Amino acid sequence: MIVYWNIFIAFFLPGILGYGGGPASIPLIQHEVVERYEWMSVGEFSEVLAIGNALPGPIATKMAAYIGYETGGVFGAAVALFATIAPSLILMLLLMGLLYAYRQSPKVKRLTTYVRPIIAVLLGILTFQFLESALEGAGAVQTIILLVGSYLLMEKWKVHPAFVIILSIVYGILFLGS
Amino acid sequence: MQWRIFLAFFRVGMLGYGGGPASIPLVHKEVVEHYKWMTDEEFGDVLALGNTLPGPIVTKLAGYIGYKKGGALGAVNGVIAIVGPTAVLMIALFAVLANFQDAAWVNGITNGVLPVVTVMMGVLTWSFIQKSTKDLGWVRVLFFIIFGLLIISVLNVHPAIVIVLLIAAALLRNDKKKEGSA
Repeated sequence: MIVYWNIFIAFFLPGILGYGGGPASIPLIQHEVVERYEWMSVGEFSEVLAIGNALPGPIATKMAAYIGYETGGVFGAAVALFATIAPSLILMLLLMGLLYAYRQSPKVKRLTTYVRPIIAVLLGILTFQFLESALEGAGAVQTIILLVGSYLLMEKWKVHPAFVIILSIVYGILFLGS
Repeated sequence: MQWRIFLAFFRVGMLGYGGGPASIPLVHKEVVEHYKWMTDEEFGDVLALGNTLPGPIVTKLAGYIGYKKGGALGAVNGVIAIVGPTAVLMIALFAVLANFQDAAWVNGITNGVLPVVTVMMGVLTWSFIQKSTKDLGWVRVLFFIIFGLLIISVLNVHPAIVIVLLIAAALLRNDKKKEGSA
């Protein structure tokens, strides 16, 4: 029973604190799943994120479904999904009228403005952790090749991220599987 | 109606890449252009208000629009349509991978994918910083970042506490007369 409670908390907090949509809650999910409850390592977490990004659809819910399933089976997945989606949706349904009335209020606008830089900090910290694990796993030379290559492919040549991830998977299987 | 709600958000879920926020144009296409459930302006309002709340955005849209069109069942329907298929796909994919857990090549997947995820996270970080500077300017954003790093990374305060404090600050700060127009 306690495991379902933990799953609920691990996904409720990111769902209720992440401003900027699902991707903003990724570092918050990581904080709960990797650092607090230690259900997986940074490497495993990054793999979940990568596979998640290679599939269509919202990312936070894909991560919740899989991590919930890994930790607590089908019911665990349901709990994680519920904790991710329900609180903010219920808030939206309940507060829509109120928010609409106050939509010009600086207080309401400030919410996102104030929290966004902290989300940026959390995303930055997670980027750094991924980089550390990458260096550990693939070594400096390979990591730099993959960093530069994937950056150019995605940002400069606008190759679809799903293809870039599939390419990197193939590359990893061929050259980094030791 | 329920079937149409399902179809609309199922398509968004299956065609959207790059997470929920990236699929917002797809929701717009279904809801405003295809089914004409709301006008451009109404959609803009719902989106803007959804963004003032925390949590994943596209599930909020699916739930809210589903509710408007089909009641509580419509809300559940919309959310399941957008989340369910890819959630199942995700679990299935990992179930297949788990069969080969100890094979060296699975290790290779992690090693190959980590740098790519690093880049994705870096780009996402940068986009959040840029959006912040539009609202706050560079000086205040830098202050926020240093302050955030110090508290979260050095002092090891749970990010939840920092965010809750900021939410409180946003709501409690007194508005100057000229800004205050509710």
